[in-house]
Amino acid sequence: MDNFYIDNPELKFHLTHPLMKKIVALKERNFADKEQFDYAPIDFEDAMDSYDKVLEIVGDICANIIAPNAESVDAEGPELKDGGVVYAKGTQENLDALVKAGLMGITLPRKYAGLNFPIVPYTMAADIVSRADASFVNVWGLQDCAETIHEFADEDQKMRYLSRVSAGETMAMDLTEPDAGSDLQAVQLKATFNEKDGKWYLNGVKRFITNGDGHISLVLARSEPGTSDGRGLSMFIYDKNNGGVTVRRIEHKLGIIGSPTCELVFKNAPAELVGQRKLGLIKYVMALMNGARLGIAAQSVGIAEAAYREGLNYAKERQQFGKPIIKFPAVYEMLSKMKAKLDGARTLLYETARFVDVYKAYMHLAEERELSKEEKEELKHYQKLADIYTPLAKGLSSEVCNSLAYDSLQIHGGSGFMKDYPIERIYRDARITSIYEGTTQLQVVAAIRGVTTGGYLKQIREYEAEEIKPELHTYRRILIQMTEEYEEAVNKVVSVNDNEYIDFHARRLVEMAGNIVMGYLLLLDTNRDSSYWKSLEVFVKTSRPENHARAEMIRYSNINDLGRFKQE
Amino acid sequence: MKGLKIIVLAKQVPDTRNVGKDAMKADGTVNRAALPAIFNPEDLNALEQALRLKDKFPGSTVTLLTMGPGRAAEIIREGLYRGADNGYLLTDRAFAGADTLATSYAISCAIRKIKDFDIIIAGRQAIDGDTAQVGPQVAEKLGIPQVTYAEDVLELKNKSVVIKRRLERGVETVECPMPCVITVNGSAPDCRPRNAKAVMKYKHSRTQTERQEASEDYINLVNERPYLNIAEWSVNDIESDINQLGLSGSPTKVKKIENVVFQAKEAKVISADDNGIDELMKELITNHTLG
Repeated sequence: MDNFYIDNPELKFHLTHPLMKKIVALKERNFADKEQFDYAPIDFEDAMDSYDKVLEIVGDICANIIAPNAESVDAEGPELKDGGVVYAKGTQENLDALVKAGLMGITLPRKYAGLNFPIVPYTMAADIVSRADASFVNVWGLQDCAETIHEFADEDQKMRYLSRVSAGETMAMDLTEPDAGSDLQAVQLKATFNEKDGKWYLNGVKRFITNGDGHISLVLARSEPGTSDGRGLSMFIYDKNNGGVTVRRIEHKLGIIGSPTCELVFKNAPAELVGQRKLGLIKYVMALMNGARLGIAAQSVGIAEAAYREGLNYAKERQQFGKPIIKFPAVYEMLSKMKAKLDGARTLLYETARFVDVYKAYMHLAEERELSKEEKEELKHYQKLADIYTPLAKGLSSEVCNSLAYDSLQIHGGSGFMKDYPIERIYRDARITSIYEGTTQLQVVAAIRGVTTGGYLKQIREYEAEEIKPELHTYRRILIQMTEEYEEAVNKVVSVNDNEYIDFHARRLVEMAGNIVMGYLLLLDTNRDSSYWKSLEVFVKTSRPENHARAEMIRYSNINDLGRFKQE
Repeated sequence: MKGLKIIVLAKQVPDTRNVGKDAMKADGTVNRAALPAIFNPEDLNALEQALRLKDKFPGSTVTLLTMGPGRAAEIIREGLYRGADNGYLLTDRAFAGADTLATSYAISCAIRKIKDFDIIIAGRQAIDGDTAQVGPQVAEKLGIPQVTYAEDVLELKNKSVVIKRRLERGVETVECPMPCVITVNGSAPDCRPRNAKAVMKYKHSRTQTERQEASEDYINLVNERPYLNIAEWSVNDIESDINQLGLSGSPTKVKKIENVVFQAKEAKVISADDNGIDELMKELITNHTLG
């Protein structure tokens, strides 16, 4: 039987990272749940074995149900019926299978019927599902909206909604509106408090809402009349059972066709306030988006995995000029770079997921008891890392995903342009990853803080100080040179002391930092498992000149470039 | 309706779908070591039917029963992972070498010991022997009705069950009184995947034999969680006539095993009239295909 977890040993390699010991300890707290729940682990090894076995179920369902359905899901797409969404037949089958397998509410605590898994194995599940069908991960993966309810809703709301998510109900996050895309401060959907029944009611329109007809939706709405910015917005839970929202339209898209993208009309839809008024955008959406961005990073890596495999298989099978095309340098170079980028993006993804895991585990721990001084410091440390790594991972992995899809199709030649091979779907599906949940350009806006405050550099120094095997020193030396070059470039840009100038070079600097971070992570991966050796070599050999080109651009740049490049 | 008590008969079989060169030993017996042991595919279809009944009628229980060597405990665990409630492994040297007659005898004795059941569901046949005899023989030995080639359990009435059968030329709907034996076709719905919580709950389940080398911590765990104990029955645990078990209870004697290589031959056209059919029948009788 095929299995998308077992056939991809990189996943287990990242699952067994040394930091998992800390994450499991924080998550399981002396394994106290074992007294109450028969599926709770009894010790660290047992917890790790559970992650492994559950990912094996994901791998089984993905290989044998979701992937075989992907083609028909892409051809059929969802359907608008009586103001609601009917999924494509395959999408519904996929969902039923994952629900029956108990793969909802993966990260939620057991008291809400969840599996209490860390973010790392959950992200792996998303990685695997995305490889099978990128459109489906949007329906299933929106379960991480539950994380926001878990973080900010009151206990009564958690009790009522979270166990429903664990039981298989799907979610949506209703943020975007026709005039509020990247700029969510412009959200207009009105939330009115009715003094008579003490309830909130929503009126207005939302657009581009993924899985908009899900059972439980988080809705960003203007609760403070007369305001016009982010401080007038609050977060609400809309329960589909109460009615009041109709789907007016399902968008026709280039890719991820199986994922229903909805235009929603709210007519006096009853809703519940989450947390405090006015914190909707400035606090809750930020948390929601960070989770979603990690999800897109996982989706990107999963799609990239699929693209790489399709390209590799085709190159091995396709014979031209009397030999398989993989024998030609033009093709094998493409493939080796694809693999190196894939491994780089994946190692960055799981490093980020680990940072998120540690800080979130501390955060939830803090709800139960006062943290010690050291614990508070650790929380802060990992939260800072998660904050700068999340946009880096989302931005870079989605670009890697697109480049792999492009190259894989290129390897297929004319056949890849036809509907006969999965790569044309993968290519279309890949395109959205660098756009939604914040475009790459907006990830750069978030990530540039990690450049200017020295956050990346500090972490790079940590990697540099790790003990490694002697045979890896050569690559560390190259990475140290790349770091020096990066530092020089950062200093030059920052010294101009002009925000627009920093923005102008921001992407270059973020990508330079990203290449060094991924290079080091691959170095450390190789130190732990020599099978990464090839990816390390290829990655460093190609990213050094790439970074150098960026450094050269900055070296010969000055403030006048803003005028030179400005387009009117 | 009150919950049903369902017994699923399952067998661990060598995966004959992926046969390599060394699948058979020189003496003509199956080289089990060369083939991975799997849950017999149609028994998984049977398990799915049982689990669907359990979904429909809350309070139902699904009990797995398998006979085989110690490692067949894997079958019970697999069933538990997918939603079964408990299981029995029938294992003893005295059962070894059993043909279908001795197998169905042992299984029927075990079922008599389990005693309380409404429906027994089994796969139509196992991919190692392809006899399709054990299910029907169990029904005969228990003296209860049987429905073979089932594809779906359509309805449950007060004391009977309505079943869709898949036959060569179509489908047939039959009603059968309970308790009864149902054997399920491979064309029935595939078995659901493992369930995450069930895997985590039952992954430490072991038979008595498997527990022999376990650590003290593990023994304590089983004492706290009795459901981790997979019941293992030997010949002493069931009431049976030892002469009807295992090799001594098996009249089947393997005379010879041949490797058959299918070869495509030229097609033969038969005229579509009585004469043509007549000729064909004669030929088939002469070469012993029929008769």
